[in-house]
Amino acid sequence: MIRVSGLEKKFGRQTVLNGIELDIAEGGIYAILGPNGSGKTTLIKCILGLTHPNEGEIFIHDKAVRGKWKYRNAINYLPQIANFPENLRVKELFSMIKDIRQSPGRDERLIEIFNLEPYLNKKLSTLSGGTVQKVNLVLTFMFDSPIVILDEPTSGLDPLAMLKLKELIRQERAAGKTLIITTHIMQFVEEVSDRIVYLLEGKIYYSGSVQGLLEKTQQQDLEHAIAHITKQELYA
Amino acid sequence: MLKILKYSFYDLLRSRWAYAYFLFYLILGFVLLFLNGDLSKAVITLMNLIIILVPLISTIFGVMYFYSSREFTELLLAQPVRRDAIFLGQYLGITGTLASGLLLGLGIPFVAYGLFQSNEIYDFITLIVSGLALTFIFTGLAFNIAVRNENRIRGFGYAVLLWLFMAVVYDGLFLLTLIIFEEYPLDHFSLSATVFNPIDLSRILILLKLDISALLGYTGAVFKNFLGTKSGIFISCLALLSWIVIPLWTFMRKSRKKDF
Repeated sequence: MIRVSGLEKKFGRQTVLNGIELDIAEGGIYAILGPNGSGKTTLIKCILGLTHPNEGEIFIHDKAVRGKWKYRNAINYLPQIANFPENLRVKELFSMIKDIRQSPGRDERLIEIFNLEPYLNKKLSTLSGGTVQKVNLVLTFMFDSPIVILDEPTSGLDPLAMLKLKELIRQERAAGKTLIITTHIMQFVEEVSDRIVYLLEGKIYYSGSVQGLLEKTQQQDLEHAIAHITKQELYA
Repeated sequence: MLKILKYSFYDLLRSRWAYAYFLFYLILGFVLLFLNGDLSKAVITLMNLIIILVPLISTIFGVMYFYSSREFTELLLAQPVRRDAIFLGQYLGITGTLASGLLLGLGIPFVAYGLFQSNEIYDFITLIVSGLALTFIFTGLAFNIAVRNENRIRGFGYAVLLWLFMAVVYDGLFLLTLIIFEEYPLDHFSLSATVFNPIDLSRILILLKLDISALLGYTGAVFKNFLGTKSGIFISCLALLSWIVIPLWTFMRKSRKKDF
């Protein structure tokens, strides 16, 4: 479904991605993990074409995506930092994106799930961080696309919204979609993900099942396993 | 691209300054015409104002709009939309708003005064066309500055410097060169120096159109010889056009390669 080959990205002198090789098969939930600055967001932005890699190629459905734009029809993306035009009202934002994607969208059900009705006529600049994240989630799940990319989906959410998000993620997986999620909350990863990809200093340190990582690091749970890798790297 | 243009327009029409810009020209036009009562004098006064003010406003609003629509841009970039369409749509959105402010703001009072019955209609058209060209040119230059500078304060600084250079410093250097090299024949130098600054070029075009180039003395005669002919007008229009196209092209090229 998504194939990343020899991906390299430098920002000035700093190498952020250093030869990423990754195969993501169709269906299932992939968690991309790694310490701050390990290149998770950059990898995602390269897949979306927001950032241009220096080397390597990305293929989606066996087609190279460099310089293309139509393939983004197959992707729903939740950005880590939700930046919206401040003058717009929530309702207008939803209808604008539907208009641009020329797709009906299923926003009504999502608005209900996240209790956003009272905010529909409010301007985006007046909303709290958690509410903005909910708006962001509605925009992401509004369209029926085979690939869903979530960059830190849990940030700012209250426990109830978090439960609903997990429910939503499970529904998408059941519908046969491919989900790529980055997060720092290990409990969330253990609960929802099928496979994990661990990035360290721009390289893939581990790719496989959660169980496999526990065996590799000889730790009890994912949190300790991740901490173990990070520590090892620090004192290496 | 039309969708992006639509939402850009929509966003701009909500902000107060677009109306302020329009009202400013509207009031200015009425005051100048009805208090002065002379079309060609009003055109000259407006010319002096427009060639300074239009570049200033276009540069400042250009940078301001590019920075403030950054969020909108990021949202759009993740959608199935061509990158070129996003940036061209935004460029046309802001230039369209500024251009219609200028066109309507000055057009309404002049038409109300009876422009169509007068002989000055061509002078007025020259004035408006140079005003519109300056809008496109300086917005393009401003977008170039904004896309290359992540730091907004620095971007604003460069924008103001650009305007200052084109509107004030350039003429100073020009005059200084003329004085230093006054022993030499300078007609060709001054002609080409004018072509390289869109503000000067617009000013000379309007002056020639108004037929007051005699005020410029010998240089005026040289200019009239050059710009008054068909090929002269052709070359100066070509120069203005390349001032629009080249910055737009470099901006689009840069935005295609930019990482977000």
